[in-house]
Amino acid sequence: MSTAAVAGKRTSTLQGASLPKWSPYAIVGGSIVLGVAIGLAAGLDSKVQWGLIAGLLYVFGTYGIAARVEGSRQAKDRVATSLVWVAFVIAVVPLVSLIWVTISRGVKVLDVYFLTHSMGVVADSQPGGGAYAAIIGSLEQVGLATLIGAPIGILTAVYLVEYGRGRLAKSVTFFVDVMTGIPSIVAGLFILSIMLIFNMEPFGFAGSLALAILMMPVVVRSTEEMLKLVPNELREASLALGVPKWRTILKVVLPTSIGGITTGVMLAVARIAGETAPVLLLVFGNPFINNNPFEGAQSSLPLFIYQQYANSAGANAAYDRAWAASLTLIAFVMILNLVARGIARWKAPKTGR
Amino acid sequence: MSKRIDVSGLTAYYGSHKAIDDISMNIEPRTVTAFIGPSGCGKSTFLRTLNRMHEVTPGGRVEGKVLLDDENLYGAGIDPVSVRREVGMVFQRPNPFPTMSIFDNVAAGLKLNGNFKKSELGDVVEKSLKGANLWNEVKDRLNKPGSGLSGGQQQRLCIARAIAVEPKVLLMDEPCSALDPISTLAIEDLIGELKERFTIVIVTHNMQQAARVSDRTAFFNLAAVGQPGKLIEIDDTERIFSNPSVQATEDYISGRFG
Repeated sequence: MSTAAVAGKRTSTLQGASLPKWSPYAIVGGSIVLGVAIGLAAGLDSKVQWGLIAGLLYVFGTYGIAARVEGSRQAKDRVATSLVWVAFVIAVVPLVSLIWVTISRGVKVLDVYFLTHSMGVVADSQPGGGAYAAIIGSLEQVGLATLIGAPIGILTAVYLVEYGRGRLAKSVTFFVDVMTGIPSIVAGLFILSIMLIFNMEPFGFAGSLALAILMMPVVVRSTEEMLKLVPNELREASLALGVPKWRTILKVVLPTSIGGITTGVMLAVARIAGETAPVLLLVFGNPFINNNPFEGAQSSLPLFIYQQYANSAGANAAYDRAWAASLTLIAFVMILNLVARGIARWKAPKTGR
Repeated sequence: MSKRIDVSGLTAYYGSHKAIDDISMNIEPRTVTAFIGPSGCGKSTFLRTLNRMHEVTPGGRVEGKVLLDDENLYGAGIDPVSVRREVGMVFQRPNPFPTMSIFDNVAAGLKLNGNFKKSELGDVVEKSLKGANLWNEVKDRLNKPGSGLSGGQQQRLCIARAIAVEPKVLLMDEPCSALDPISTLAIEDLIGELKERFTIVIVTHNMQQAARVSDRTAFFNLAAVGQPGKLIEIDDTERIFSNPSVQATEDYISGRFG
C-alpha cells in the first residue's frame, strides 16, 4: 500500500490515512522472521539474542511504517503500544518457562508417597523418601508466624490510620518502611543472637519469630492502604449514631475492608513461605518427622529444596526430590492465593439489588 | 420527645483557622430550622458543632455554649458519644454501610451500641422504615444490601437509621443535594412529618426548599474568602423571604450579591 494511494482516498479533513487492522500482526510476523534470519546469518547461538533482535525490529519497524503511512503522532502511539507488548512478553516468558520447568521436572516423583513420607534414613543420594517432614514444618512455622505477625500488623495499621497523629505515628511509619527493607538473613541473625544468649538449640518456633518480623511490615503497608480506602463518610455515619470510635472501627471500618486486608495478609504469607535463610539458621533442618515446633530441629520446604540440591553430590534422585518440593511450594502458595481471592470476593461489599 | 437548643457565643476553629465566629441562636422544639448562605460560610460547620461531630475533624475545636434543654453539650464531663445519641445526623451523600443489609443498616445504631432486645429489633426497624416512608418499597428485601437501593431510597434509609436510635434532634446536612426532584419531594414531605417528633435543623443551598420545609430560617454569610462565617439573621421563614431586616439577606435571596 503506497502513501499516494491511501492519500487519494481521503474525503474529509477528519479522516486520516490509517494502516489496515492486520498490520500489527504482519509487523510482528515479519520481525520474527527477520530476527531469526539475522540470527542464523550472523551465526548467533543464543535464542534470547534472536528474540531481542526481533523485538527491536518490531518496535522500530512499527514506528517506520506508521510514520510513513499515518504520520508521526499515530506512529508514536503505535510505538507506545508495541513497547507495552514487548515488555509484556519479556515479563511473561521467564514466568512461563519457570512454571513449565518446575512442573515438568517436579511431577517425576511428586506423588502421594512423596507427600506422606519423610527422608528418615534414606540417604540423599538414593531414590525414595519424601517431603512430609518439610511440609509439616512449613505449615507449622508459617502458621505460627502468621498468628503472630498478622494481628500485630493489622493493629499497627489501625493505629496509623485511625488514631496516629504527630511524631509517634510518623516514626512508626518510618520504622515500618525500614523493616520492609530488612534482608531475611538479618532477621534470622537477630533471633539467633537471642537464642545464643539463652543457649538454645534450633527449633521451629524460632524460625516463626524471624518470619513474623519479615511479615509484619508487609501486612502493615497493605492493611494501611485498605483502611485508607474506607470512605470517611462511613466513619462519620457511625459516629453520628452515637457509636464509640473503637466499635466504629471494629464493626464498620474493618468489615468494609476485610477483603483487601485478607488479600494483603495472604500475600505476606506467600512471601514468607519461600524464605530459606532464617529457617536455615534457626530451624536447622531435620530428615525425621518432628511435629513439635517448640522443641527440636524441624525442616521446611525451602530448606528441603536447598539441602536436597546441596547434599546430593550430583545424584539424580535428590535433584528430582528438590524439583518436586519446589512444585509443592509453588502449589502451596498458589492455593493460598486462590483462597485469599475467594475470601476477598465473598467478603467484599455487595452492590447487588 | 424533642428538645430545644440554645446556642450562645459559639466559635469554631479548624486548627488556627476560625471557621465561624460568635454565633448565638435559639431553636424551638418541634420546628424545622433551615440554614442558608453561600458556600464556605460555615453553615455545615455550625451544624456539626450541634452534635459534637466538628471535633472528629483533625484540628477541630469549639468555644462557647450549646444548651440542649439547659444542658451544655460542651460542659465538663459530657461524653460526645452520648451527645450523638441525643442529636442524630443525616449527611449530604447517602452513606449506608456497604457490608450490611437494609435491616442491619437501620438496626445499626442499636446493634452497634449493644443496648437492644432481639425481640424488639424487628419492630424498631419496621417503625423506623415506616417513619422514613421507605417500608413499602423495601419490606420484601430487608436482607438485601442497602447499597443496592437508588440514591433517594438510600438517603431515606439513612434517615431511618438516624431516627431508629430515637434522637431528640435531627440534623440534616444538605440531605437532598445529591437527589433528583422526585426523591427530594419525598424527603421534604418526610421532614414535614418528622417535625412532629423531632427538632429538625437542615442545611440547604436550595432557597425554595428552605421556604417550603422550614418554620425559621437562618442566613449565614462571610465577609470575604478566608474570613470566618457569621450569622446575619434568624427569623420566621416567611419574614426572611418577604421582608428580611438585613439588606444582605435580601440581596442573597433575590440573587443580588457579590
